[in-house]
Amino acid sequence: MAVYEHTYKPYEGKLTSAWSRFLVLPRYAYQDLFKYKLFTALFVLCYVCPLIYTILIYLRHNVSALAIFGANASDIARELPIGGTFFFIFTVIQTLLSFIFTVIVGPVLISRDLANNALPLYLCRPFSRFEYIIGKMSVLMILLSAITLVPGLLLFLFQSYLEGGGWMAENWWIASAIFTLSFLTLVMLALLAMAFSAWIKWRTAASAALFAVLIIPFPVGFSIQGLFNTTVGHLLSPIMAFISLAKLLFRLEWTDAILTSGEAWFVFAAYAAICLLMLSRKVRAYEVVS
Amino acid sequence: MNPIIELDQLRIEFGKRRILHDIKGALRGRCIGLLGPNGAGKTTLIHTLLGFHKPASGTARVFGRDIRTEIKDIRTYIGYMPERDAFIANQTCVHFVRLMAELSGLPSEAALERAHEALFYVGLGEARYRKLGTYSLGMKQLAKLAQAIAHGPKLIFLDEPTNGLDPPARKRMLELIREVRDSGSAGIVFSSHLLRDVEECCDEVLIMKGGHIAAICNLEEERRANRRFVEMETRGATPEFAAAIGSLGCEYAMTGEQRVKLVMSDGLEVRDIYKLAAERNVQIRRLNYKRDSLEDIFLKAME
Repeated sequence: MAVYEHTYKPYEGKLTSAWSRFLVLPRYAYQDLFKYKLFTALFVLCYVCPLIYTILIYLRHNVSALAIFGANASDIARELPIGGTFFFIFTVIQTLLSFIFTVIVGPVLISRDLANNALPLYLCRPFSRFEYIIGKMSVLMILLSAITLVPGLLLFLFQSYLEGGGWMAENWWIASAIFTLSFLTLVMLALLAMAFSAWIKWRTAASAALFAVLIIPFPVGFSIQGLFNTTVGHLLSPIMAFISLAKLLFRLEWTDAILTSGEAWFVFAAYAAICLLMLSRKVRAYEVVS
Repeated sequence: MNPIIELDQLRIEFGKRRILHDIKGALRGRCIGLLGPNGAGKTTLIHTLLGFHKPASGTARVFGRDIRTEIKDIRTYIGYMPERDAFIANQTCVHFVRLMAELSGLPSEAALERAHEALFYVGLGEARYRKLGTYSLGMKQLAKLAQAIAHGPKLIFLDEPTNGLDPPARKRMLELIREVRDSGSAGIVFSSHLLRDVEECCDEVLIMKGGHIAAICNLEEERRANRRFVEMETRGATPEFAAAIGSLGCEYAMTGEQRVKLVMSDGLEVRDIYKLAAERNVQIRRLNYKRDSLEDIFLKAME
């Protein structure tokens, strides 16, 4: 179909592997997102905390650098213990930032396609609904991993390298906690954002719904606990599930876990199932209206 | 010739409502027209062949592949231009067509190249860097056609491609469809309400009515056969003249005082009729190949 020939010719070249096609969606989404300077600036800002943490870890292991500030290595080791709490705080900060990104990126992920009837165009190709959802999900997952999961694990590796002497083997559970909690949060945020994006076309309303679902059950759980003396209300709250699971995974001693590990997993699983159900109802080439 | 599309007792139901009623048939044309009034099931049939609806019973095959079990494979070979507006907002046209080509499996560079080519081909070359939201209706239709052909499919489903187009845009769209058809590289399934559009482009027609197949008609064969039917308006024709025509081996009938209808025998040319008329001093005022137009076929099917 060369321009000068102006005739129709079928494509006879090589095709990409079917499994990798879902990655086309995040690639195009990032091209659009990073066109905006504000978005890029915000993304760069997300690395301020990892940078501070890197400096802290470095200083803690560098006696000569500490000497410049007139600090003693043993004092620093006492004041700045690098363990579960250290990495937990990092994970919480980065998770909050990832929530901001979810609110910016998430609400338009599917709503734009639905508003413009683009789904039949995606689904008439060798591209299934599952691949569409995975593709859209990976827009958020890859972006948020770059803020939470990847820097967290890199910091862990950096600390292990500087500490040496079997620190990594003793503290592997920290890496496991960073991975599990970050990954779980990413999946939850991505699923919630996509579900609301599929059902609510108006961006502001979708963002508000996302806020509401994540935040409102938290005080509601405490209200129910205060009124009826039961923790059942906390089963509505993904934030409480996050805190409870974090307490267990990061072995935190300064806070109480209201939900058990099983209950926390149940909350995440229930939310994920509801989101998937919402998506399966909406992500269709055509909606059959009765 | 192997059928492009085979319908094998295909039944589609939405809830308790039956939309397609055990339809059966084989379509072989280079350009297949889907005709029928609103609610006949044309779009449902296209959607089913694309795998959007699961058959309640029966099946269909596209290029011999079963839509129940090999739909992903089938989708590799097809392009689809939907009836309604369908695009991705906030994207330039070339970006949109490239994305669609990549989702069909083309590598990134090839997709970009084909997107540019497809847009030039449909006549949107100069407007390809404009955002789709700023396009007119006609341009959006052309953009939809470009995304349907960018990945070089072997079968293209066009659902009401001339809807809402002004006459020049409609003409351009039909020209493009004929060009793709004549290239022989891709089959076309063309759904439309407009008999004239279908007649101009298609060589086979599937007429649907209330979820049933009312008729499958090979227009090419019809056209060929109709060339043997001649209707004449004369001055001075007598039963003897008609009998003389009969003696040339034609079947004939006088339908009015001066009108003769005949089926020409093999080997007989129209000039032989003129020669006979001249010998008998009969003036032939008008001579038509009496042809069942698609409209006639459609109306007959709708009865």
